Amino acid sequence: MAAVVGAPGSPRARTGPGAGELGGFREVQRLAYACAEEVAAQLRPGVTEREAARMQREWLRRRGVRDWFHLPFAWFGDRTAFAGFRVPLQFFPTGRRLEPGMPFILDMAPVHRGFTADIGYSGCLGPNPLHDRLMADLGAHRELILREVRERRTLREIYADVDRLMARQGHANRHRAYPFGVIAHKVDRVRERRWSPHVFGFGTQSLKGLASDALHGHREGWSPLWSPYRFSDHPPQPGLWAVEPHLGFRGTGAKFEELLVVTDSRDPQESAFWLDDDLPHVRRGQEGRAA
Amino acid sequence: MNRGLAGARERRVRTGGIELCVAELGDAAQPTVVLVHGYPDSKEVWEEVALRLQDRFHVVLYDVRGCGRSTAPQPLRGGFTLEKLTDDFLAVADAVSPDAPVHLVGHDWGSVQGWEFATVARTEGRIASFTSVSGPSLDHFGHWLNRRISRPTPRRAAQLLGQGARSWYVYALHTPRLPEAAWRGPLGARWPRILERLERLPADGYPTASLPSDAAHGAWLYRDNVRSRLRRPRPDAYAHVPVQLIVPTGDRYLSQHLYDDLEQWAPQLVRHTLEGQHWVPRTRPDQLAAWIAEFITSQESRADGAGAPAARTPAAKGPYAERFGGRLVLVTGAAGGIGRATAFAFAEAGARVVAVDRDAEGASRTAELARLIGAPAAWGECADVADEQAMEKLAAKVAAEYGVVDVLVNNAGIGLSGTFMDTSAEDWRRVLDVNLWGVIHGCRTFGRQMAERGQGGHIVNTASAAAFQPSRALAAYSTSKAAVLMLSECLRAELAGQGIGVSAICPGIVNTGITTAARFTGVSEEEQQRRRARTAKLYGLRNYPPEKVADAVLQAVLHDRAVVPVTPEAHGLRFLSRFTPRVRRALARIEPKL
Repeated sequence: MAAVVGAPGSPRARTGPGAGELGGFREVQRLAYACAEEVAAQLRPGVTEREAARMQREWLRRRGVRDWFHLPFAWFGDRTAFAGFRVPLQFFPTGRRLEPGMPFILDMAPVHRGFTADIGYSGCLGPNPLHDRLMADLGAHRELILREVRERRTLREIYADVDRLMARQGHANRHRAYPFGVIAHKVDRVRERRWSPHVFGFGTQSLKGLASDALHGHREGWSPLWSPYRFSDHPPQPGLWAVEPHLGFRGTGAKFEELLVVTDSRDPQESAFWLDDDLPHVRRGQEGRAA
Repeated sequence: MNRGLAGARERRVRTGGIELCVAELGDAAQPTVVLVHGYPDSKEVWEEVALRLQDRFHVVLYDVRGCGRSTAPQPLRGGFTLEKLTDDFLAVADAVSPDAPVHLVGHDWGSVQGWEFATVARTEGRIASFTSVSGPSLDHFGHWLNRRISRPTPRRAAQLLGQGARSWYVYALHTPRLPEAAWRGPLGARWPRILERLERLPADGYPTASLPSDAAHGAWLYRDNVRSRLRRPRPDAYAHVPVQLIVPTGDRYLSQHLYDDLEQWAPQLVRHTLEGQHWVPRTRPDQLAAWIAEFITSQESRADGAGAPAARTPAAKGPYAERFGGRLVLVTGAAGGIGRATAFAFAEAGARVVAVDRDAEGASRTAELARLIGAPAAWGECADVADEQAMEKLAAKVAAEYGVVDVLVNNAGIGLSGTFMDTSAEDWRRVLDVNLWGVIHGCRTFGRQMAERGQGGHIVNTASAAAFQPSRALAAYSTSKAAVLMLSECLRAELAGQGIGVSAICPGIVNTGITTAARFTGVSEEEQQRRRARTAKLYGLRNYPPEKVADAVLQAVLHDRAVVPVTPEAHGLRFLSRFTPRVRRALARIEPKL
């Protein structure tokens, strides 16, 4: 999977990341998922969203994370489906307490040794067949997105197809609630600084990278934000995309978020692939299919 | 003479100087259910329910002292106190089920007695569960009154006056001798016809011939208990058994607010509401029997320890759950949009759902998700509502396999945009076939089953805001929806006498898939695609969620509303159509730019 892509020395924006870089991204993504699994295992009834977010932050800080694409989020109960969200401030963790049977989502984007990951982990406190159903349905979206990216459909079309699949499944599109309604955004390497402040939960270094991508993209006709709008009416741009389809069904929400590698290879298999197939939601999907 | 119950084994139980007539149905090895009748009734009031329960339970009915073929105490005064009635119940329970506790069900005074049995210490261990229908505990009622008299807020005062007016007969029964004379005279003779006309009881030979003496003796139930209990209600009237409460919504004698504070006396109370009047054991036996059986079965499995219910969705609460729990709801056009959202809303309330759609996969998907969010059962069925034969086949299948539908939602519809001159005959046929004939077929098949069962129900037809707003651009669609609206109103008038409500829902602009499947007449295929995308976008910008329409559907059924506009624009257009028809006509001339 970690094939060397693109000729050495060619500009990265056109070819996608090199093999060594992919290893770094994969490592931080695994670290983030390990954090999510560990924190999820510690969640008990009565834990608040703020406490869950702090647990993620501290766990990652102990392992050397100093900068963030965004600080960890935690959503419990019907906040996993963004019920009643009107302003972006509502994304931030609240004092909502976890109860048995409640779904939860942990979402974090640490920067480790200059590599960024952005992951989303959905779980449930105790058995919840509806949540299992949602997770299984997300699997179909993971396949759909990869297939259509390999077909080089425009991002806007893929977005619409994801929407249609969600409607057929009976779910609501909840990633539309994210800023610009994005289903994905580009991530990149971030320069390590001694001081890396964040504004409104987002790391300034990463925002700077995103802004510079947006500027380049604006000149070249692409955008680092994968949205339903006209500015996403272009084929997938080589690079790393943090893809985060988010389903909502009547007060229960579920998402996954992981990195998709897009290259300019002509071979469809190598033109796009998920950075890592050994992730909790993928394993769960395979177990579900095997059972 | 009393004809007794068909196939019942009768025995007489002697207790406290009187003799009670006890009838038994079903296998004595099954859990025992004791049905206690009210006033002025005899055990035959439970006949229909008993027949529906006898296959699964050992059903026991007895005539309360002084009623039916049980003898009356001498003297009558002081012979009907709740203490003596408790003795009677214990004697019957010991006779019919000496080893196991019995499940108790009471209606009216049977329920008043039932509350006494379920709250006094000496019956502990003899009762397994109690289902109360239309009869509060006198002690709880006493506390209810005291609380409202001592702190009469406007709402409490209104509740007090409301129940005070409903209780007129209680005051009348306290006059000496006159009630007896009336019952043995003209009132007794006319009572069956009064029940038929005012309470909508079916004319099937009930009440029995013993009515005048039942009613005359029963007056002592009131005189011996009401004043003393209301003046000094017991402070410890806590239920020591699980209680299920079934409240008829149209009861002339008892306010629904009587049960507002009941959780205080009976923790883990299971509540149901049933549209119907006071005598639900006669008018709604199917639903009553279903709820009784379900409650008893759940209590039995809990007692066995087998039913440690693992990871089940917690039982829903609130008015929707009370009303729709366990009811059978059929929704057409349930593979998407408003239909799917409606199916989910009913499922969340605990209803059994049949999701019907042309798209079989979508319908079964709706059913699958409905089961996950609380429907005890849900099925997806594939049928085209425009196809008469298919609908008849579906109706026969649903009736045979799932039962008679309690709530029918005729929701399937298609969009068609275009002027009259641009609309071909084929287009007209298609839109009328689905939008109008679909509703007609639904009402003819499922509505007929509902009417023939004679136990009430509700039909919801999805019309549209276009039903009262003409438009040059929606000739065929508006016509079909206006027809649905008128059909609903006519049917509502026709079925009102049978306790079946009919509602027309007029949603307005709602963000559903109707735009992507809509047809635009008189334009090229390419232009059609463009207009679809454009309308879909506009509807998306409006972004009114179908879930809110679904909520309006449930509200319409709950409150039996005739015409329900949903979105603000639908309300506005309805207002225009009623008060400023000229503005409405001017609006109709505008050609929307798409």
